[in-house]
Amino acid sequence: MEQNWLFIGVFVAIAGVFPLLPIVIARILAPSKPNHIKLETYECGMETVGDTWVQFKVQYYIYGLVFLIFDIETAFLYPWAVAYGVLPMFAVIEGVIFILILAGGLFYAWRKGALEWS
Amino acid sequence: MSFWSNPILVANEWLTGLLADLLPEAWATLISTIIGVVVVSSFGLILVIFLIWLERKVAARFQDRIGPNRAGPYGLLQTIADIVKLLTKEDSIPEKADKLTFNLAPIVSMIAVLLIWAVIPFAPGWIGTDLNVGVLYIAAVGSFGILSILMAGWASNNKYALLGAFRAVAQLISYEVPMLLTLLVPVLLARSMGMMTVVETQSTWFIALAPVAGIIFLVSSIAEVGRTPFDLIEAESEIVAGYHTEYTGMKFGLFFAAEFLHAFTVGVLFAILYLGGWRGPGAEQYPILGVVYLMAKSSIGYFIVMWVRSTLPRIRIDHMLDLNWKVLTPVSLALLITTAVLDKLFAETALRVPALLAGNLVVLVLSWALLRMMSRKARRERQVFKKRPEARAVQP
Repeated sequence: MEQNWLFIGVFVAIAGVFPLLPIVIARILAPSKPNHIKLETYECGMETVGDTWVQFKVQYYIYGLVFLIFDIETAFLYPWAVAYGVLPMFAVIEGVIFILILAGGLFYAWRKGALEWS
Repeated sequence: MSFWSNPILVANEWLTGLLADLLPEAWATLISTIIGVVVVSSFGLILVIFLIWLERKVAARFQDRIGPNRAGPYGLLQTIADIVKLLTKEDSIPEKADKLTFNLAPIVSMIAVLLIWAVIPFAPGWIGTDLNVGVLYIAAVGSFGILSILMAGWASNNKYALLGAFRAVAQLISYEVPMLLTLLVPVLLARSMGMMTVVETQSTWFIALAPVAGIIFLVSSIAEVGRTPFDLIEAESEIVAGYHTEYTGMKFGLFFAAEFLHAFTVGVLFAILYLGGWRGPGAEQYPILGVVYLMAKSSIGYFIVMWVRSTLPRIRIDHMLDLNWKVLTPVSLALLITTAVLDKLFAETALRVPALLAGNLVVLVLSWALLRMMSRKARRERQVFKKRPEARAVQP
């Protein structure tokens, strides 16, 4: 088991090196003549107005919240799915009830208008 | 066991033996691990070079063109030429950008895709590492790609890039929900999260046991990659180029390569989870055939991705989110329940396959009927409002 995770650890490190290589090579090969105009924010030639990091539509945030709830609840289902082979019918029904509660949560969010883009 | 029937295993045994003689055990393990990692990840990277050529060629045929045909035979060296060009392009970092995050984002996007390849079973015994939580691991590292898009959009300090990142939040994480739910279906059927076990238990391909779940998995994965018709995060007619507006040179190239590799990885995952992975005649004796089968099956999924890309126009963001939350998620929840109950009822009997297939079809027909009903109701309401606009005020 430790060997498996050693493999993943080494993989993260090497997967980081691979994309770093072309960037380093590009730094050596590519010309670098920055000037003020070139480094301005690109808006198809227009000068940018105001700050970028401003308030934004709240709907994005609500979708993020709904996702978070579902993501965590789905993660709870994975152990159930692995043990599924040895579970009796009763435990499977319990899992189904959990999924139904999940569906109830989705329906609630739907009725409350959290899923409307307007 | 001859070399040609299983070259990786023979090479691995030879190398382990050699290292065990030369070095203490801990070092030998580390070095053989590093070599394994380099082999697997460079396989992914070499694949990208070929994939970009393939996709351009196929997309060209869809549009009645020939595609790249100048550099090398059939234009095969076109991607190499592009890489050389990108390497010599100036890399500009905007003054207002958040430098560290800006530089880190393309690297993270590449890492996220490559990490999936660590648990891909290529053939019997040919796997980076057979984690016992393989499917959960894929779900976990898959989310890293979204993080890189958010990082790129935020750090660019450009309004268009930020809009692209916001859309990524709404779109990609939303489609993660049906994807996770349909990843659960093969786990249920295989009773294990290990990728190797998922393939080994597919004496009947899971697409026959859960066809609807397979289709939902493919659709939500296309959305997850951000391909047309779900490419709102980089919609060029609305928000310039989305999250990579400010990127130039090789950093842009890395985002691009990561997207291509991710699109193919979707095909690979679809093949492993639903089309039986490396299974095929003779794959047990000659593992090299397993790789051929896996790549052939992956091309099916990849071709569908390219086909959809060339066929469908981009859809509106509200339609896209509605499709996810009001169609795909409820249907995949229903599928999960049907699969769990039916597989328990008919486990070990001859009726298992027909029962699961019938359950899938019933869910499909029911949800289709429900959708038709809802769309008719919505259309009726729209017509009423068109005739009598004051009716809208009465409705809540």
